[in-house]
Amino acid sequence: MTDSKYFTTTKKGEIFELKAELNSDKKEKKKEAVKKVIASMTVGKDVSALFPDVVNCMQTDNLELKKLVYLYLMNYAKSQPDMAIMAVNTFVKDCEDPNPLIRALAVRTMGCIRVDKITEYLCEPLRKCLKDEDPYVRKTAAVCVAKLHDINAQLVEDQGFLDTLKDLISDSNPMVVANAVAALSEIAESHPSSNLLDLNPQSINKLLTALNECTEWGQIFILDCLANYMPKDDREAQSICERVTPRLSHANSAVVLSAVKVLMKFMEMLSKDLDYYGTLLKKLAPPLVTLLSAEPELQYVALRNINLIVQKRPEILKHEMKVFFVKYNDPIYVKLEKLDIMIRLASQANIAQVLAELKEYATEVDVDFVRKAVRAIGRCAIKVEQSAERCVSTLLDLIQTKVNYVVQEAIVVIKDIFRKYPNKYESVIATLCENLDSLDEPEARAAMIWIVGEYAERIDNADELLESFLEGFHDESTQVQLQLLTAIVKLFLKKPTETQELVQQVLSLATQDSDNPDLRDRGYIYWRLLSTDPVAAKEVVLAEKPLISEETDLIEPTLLDELICYIGTLASVYHKPPSAFVEGSRGVVHKSLPPRTGSSESAESPEAAPSAGQAAEQPAVIPAQGDLLGDLLNLDLGPPVSGPPLAASSVQMGAVDLLGGGLDSLLRSDVGGSPAMGGSGFTAPGPAAPAGMGAPLGSGLGDLFDLTGGVGTLSGSYVAPKTVWLPAMKAKGLEISGTFSRQVGAISMDLVLTNKALQVMSDFAIQFNRNSFGLAPAAPLQVHAPLAPNQSVEISLPLNTVGSVMKMDPLNNLQVAVKNNIDVFYFSTLYPLHILFVEDGKMERQMFLATWKDIPNENEAQFQIKDCSLNADAVSNKLQGSNIFTIAKRNVEGQDMLYQSLKLTNGIWVLAELRIQPSNPSFTLSLKCRAPEVSQYVYQAYDAILKN
Amino acid sequence: MIHSLFLINCSGDIFLEKHWKSVVSQSVCDYFFEAQEKAVDVENVPPVISTPHHYLISIYRDKIFFVSVIQTEVPPLFVIEFLHRVADTFQVCRRSSNVGDTLPTGQLSNIPWRRAGVKYTNNEAYFDVIEEIDAIIDKSGSTVFAEIQGVIDSCIKLSGMPDLSLSFMNPRLLDDVSFHPCIRFKRWESERVLSFIPPDGNFRLISYRVSSQNLVAIPVYVKHLISFKENSSSGRFDVTIGPKQNMGKTVEGVVMTVHMPKAVLNMNLTATQGSYTFDPVTKVLTWDVGKITPQKLPNLKGIVNLQSGAPKPEENPSLNIQFKIQQLAISGLKVNRLDMYGEKYKPFKGVKYITKAGKFQVRT
Repeated sequence: MTDSKYFTTTKKGEIFELKAELNSDKKEKKKEAVKKVIASMTVGKDVSALFPDVVNCMQTDNLELKKLVYLYLMNYAKSQPDMAIMAVNTFVKDCEDPNPLIRALAVRTMGCIRVDKITEYLCEPLRKCLKDEDPYVRKTAAVCVAKLHDINAQLVEDQGFLDTLKDLISDSNPMVVANAVAALSEIAESHPSSNLLDLNPQSINKLLTALNECTEWGQIFILDCLANYMPKDDREAQSICERVTPRLSHANSAVVLSAVKVLMKFMEMLSKDLDYYGTLLKKLAPPLVTLLSAEPELQYVALRNINLIVQKRPEILKHEMKVFFVKYNDPIYVKLEKLDIMIRLASQANIAQVLAELKEYATEVDVDFVRKAVRAIGRCAIKVEQSAERCVSTLLDLIQTKVNYVVQEAIVVIKDIFRKYPNKYESVIATLCENLDSLDEPEARAAMIWIVGEYAERIDNADELLESFLEGFHDESTQVQLQLLTAIVKLFLKKPTETQELVQQVLSLATQDSDNPDLRDRGYIYWRLLSTDPVAAKEVVLAEKPLISEETDLIEPTLLDELICYIGTLASVYHKPPSAFVEGSRGVVHKSLPPRTGSSESAESPEAAPSAGQAAEQPAVIPAQGDLLGDLLNLDLGPPVSGPPLAASSVQMGAVDLLGGGLDSLLRSDVGGSPAMGGSGFTAPGPAAPAGMGAPLGSGLGDLFDLTGGVGTLSGSYVAPKTVWLPAMKAKGLEISGTFSRQVGAISMDLVLTNKALQVMSDFAIQFNRNSFGLAPAAPLQVHAPLAPNQSVEISLPLNTVGSVMKMDPLNNLQVAVKNNIDVFYFSTLYPLHILFVEDGKMERQMFLATWKDIPNENEAQFQIKDCSLNADAVSNKLQGSNIFTIAKRNVEGQDMLYQSLKLTNGIWVLAELRIQPSNPSFTLSLKCRAPEVSQYVYQAYDAILKN
Repeated sequence: MIHSLFLINCSGDIFLEKHWKSVVSQSVCDYFFEAQEKAVDVENVPPVISTPHHYLISIYRDKIFFVSVIQTEVPPLFVIEFLHRVADTFQVCRRSSNVGDTLPTGQLSNIPWRRAGVKYTNNEAYFDVIEEIDAIIDKSGSTVFAEIQGVIDSCIKLSGMPDLSLSFMNPRLLDDVSFHPCIRFKRWESERVLSFIPPDGNFRLISYRVSSQNLVAIPVYVKHLISFKENSSSGRFDVTIGPKQNMGKTVEGVVMTVHMPKAVLNMNLTATQGSYTFDPVTKVLTWDVGKITPQKLPNLKGIVNLQSGAPKPEENPSLNIQFKIQQLAISGLKVNRLDMYGEKYKPFKGVKYITKAGKFQVRT
């Protein structure tokens, strides 16, 4: 029997008839009537007039009938709140029904009735149901708390439901645990600051157990919740990873991706030398590939995430290139994503295959896809040097097809190839020039004009070509106009005799007839330069350009790290942090990857990674005002050390500011490397440089942060002035000076990198050798833009103390390796021990006495601090600033005795007795410690602090 | 999570809507229609669309769009998987519909996938090993990419609480597997045996992927010549399909579809076997070949007529091939034995193998 008969319409007076039937004495008839009512409701008829009659049917033992009435209630309660109260009693009664199914049904329905007046009646039954003996009721009630919270958050908090919900995380039934987690996650989302999901190793263990036994949906909630946990050390991280790995074989792709998120995040804490690290890398590849055989919608989301994963850890999928090959009937959104990932994975090993594929794609039908494929060929050429020649010849083949958009796209990328490999492929210029007339897109025109200007001496009719563009100068886009201006100036400098008129013409067009300030300014600069000193002009405009970088559209590292924490969410699809796009996100908490071999200390204090935190808060697209701010910051505050390059700030997204090169070199000689302008803004442009845009401001603010950090030394530990650690002579022109500081529990290494070589430096990275206290960088070395010659950059590198430990001699010796694009350099430095003095180093009096006695006398060491004229209180204050705490002060025979304690990051206590004689500038320091070898260094710290 | 759900048919009618929290106006779907228009082809509508106040996450199944409205940060895969489940449920509902009055089955037991008290007079367990070959073959006939997507679909009608163990002759083939939740992962990790208490009825036990490293055998080859003459309104078409490496099994159910370039007006072809159709509107050529006998290879050949004056088409059409091979799992996967514990009766057991073409494309 089907239910379709209920949907056939009857005559007039329907409501009246139904009313009679609903009030019938016969149970069967009643049920039929309710079914008819529900049917009418579903097709959109208003049957709310029957509310009292339907509610009357609620008191029944028949479960089917009850379900139907509840369905009706959910639909109409909102429009009939007063009548809905009538139903409350039955709900309360049903919540105590012996049948668990009815209890659950009642509590669920009450949660779905979004009527304020009802909610208060809901509390008591809900409280009972949350502690029901039956897990099915408890799990339903758990979800009901989240629903209620959505209606009336205050009520839920006042009633203590949140605590009950937290208790359910330890429930014996996995489904209850999963639902409690789901409910808490949902509530936490609207209250990001609340510590609802404050997990500890015990609750983590509960979750991991429930993970194996609950439904797929529950698993997703639990995994997402686990991902927010910060394991205390690498061993805990590994054990969680081990228990999450089986989820990679789940049939539900959302479970798989959530598991991937947990693993990607916790992997950050594992040492790369660990066998398990390698095992994990291998295990991650197959499930990611499998996601690509699912439905296209799932594939799309998976691909967007793989794009992030490949940037973060390219080793995972480096052998899986083929699965990203495009099938002709893939939806276009899948094709474009696959192509993106193919380029990211392209390497010398697989470039032949990739290129063959790309060539195939360039003959497809879809225009967007073809364009992207052509561009991809260019990117391959730039990325894999060995393939450049083949890429160029492939592009030439494509130009021969004369398909308009293919030609334009090819010319844009060939320009980049010229930039990357100067004086290598210029033989193709003639072929390019043949296609001049067919170019109608600004980007392609600009690229072609750049080529003509750059190689004017090799193109016989360069002047004619450029002149032909000049005719419609005012109709061109800014990009083309700027390009044309520079190209003609270049031409003039190369062939001054024939082109004087032309250059006059373009300069006057740019300066007198244009409304565009950029164009005018550039025109004036050229004009003045040419009129004052043509030789200098030549040196400037035709100067050798810095090479363009290989990867052009990488996501900025701090953003990437944040996005890794959001794998599987909308943020991962949009490649933006949720704060940038989720409406009404009430102060979304930023997530960050755990530091390698995690330190709870640095994770808790945001100061530990100032630049990372700051940069992450910036959305990917920087508003113009922000740039201005960055500019001002650098101009006003920039010490002799210059900030990151800001010349790129005026570059439009995706628009290649080729003139930047000319302008840039112009400025460099003109202004003499002024910090604000001398930056090499030229390295950013490429085929598309959206991510590059994020960098300047991010680090601009980072700078500001560093500066305030510097001022903050007044309140923090004593910071020694910077000294040169690595002279430029020893490091092929890279000079590093620095110092260490400690503020509010965060240790950092404050560095100044100066480029004293003639070439641009990039790709900085830093590593520490194992050392006595496990000091290690808590974040990668962030140098946001390549360092131009004579440029310096100031960086504060957050440190933690959870690295590998090895006793060094001297104890405070730190061996550091710094890498850049040129070489790897090593140096060692001694850090002052007081950066390791922790904030809670104040021992209790009694404890101090006991410990002092307890430590054997042979562990005591005595030192003299000479030439110090401070009084006891000043000494005490000064030392306290560096976390040496005075516990007691005594005056014995005119001498001040200070009893002090301090604790090192590794938990070693040091007790001190400092004797100060008013007339004697020499203090006596007695130190007692269970590890006497640190005493000498503690003394050095005392000495340094007191004398500065 | 999901705020509202709209079901939209191909002609753009919203024929069903469901709101969980508050009613979101149908007008939110206008953004979806806009994207649909832009995508031209229904299959190209992006699955995640952002609108000023909402996100629309959609799937396309059986000519119906399931469009969900999202307001908060959610895992889109969660939503998409869920929508597919909704679509599955609709399919089931078309067959039967009634309001149940029992507890949702298995909600509370330790094995939520199996209902209690199952009873059959005939106890049977059937396993279908189904493998699909996804491949891209290039112009010259060499394999650009090939992998096998396999599944084991099961139909289990066993009384009580049977505990099954399924073992393979060559379990090493399975290095990338997704399991039904009933499978004990530990046993698989340690012994490479599938040990499970099955759900009742039809379900997918595992799905697996055998990638190109393990050498995927390609069971057919295609010889093709598709060419268009410069400055002429015609071209040649000549395609032959032949079998290879199929371990003595017959390749059957062969169908070739080709999206011909837009400029093609019609095609005059002769098939030595089977029948062909050409749809001049969609430009799709379909050749239903049937079974391939090695003695006489099926061939389709003739003239392609182009619109007069149209330029020579630039793109090369790909040939999409479908086929089936019965009683063969092309990866070589073989079930060794099935044991049952926990119940006394003797079940009837059966395993069937079949290989099919998945996304099997030959570039020309």
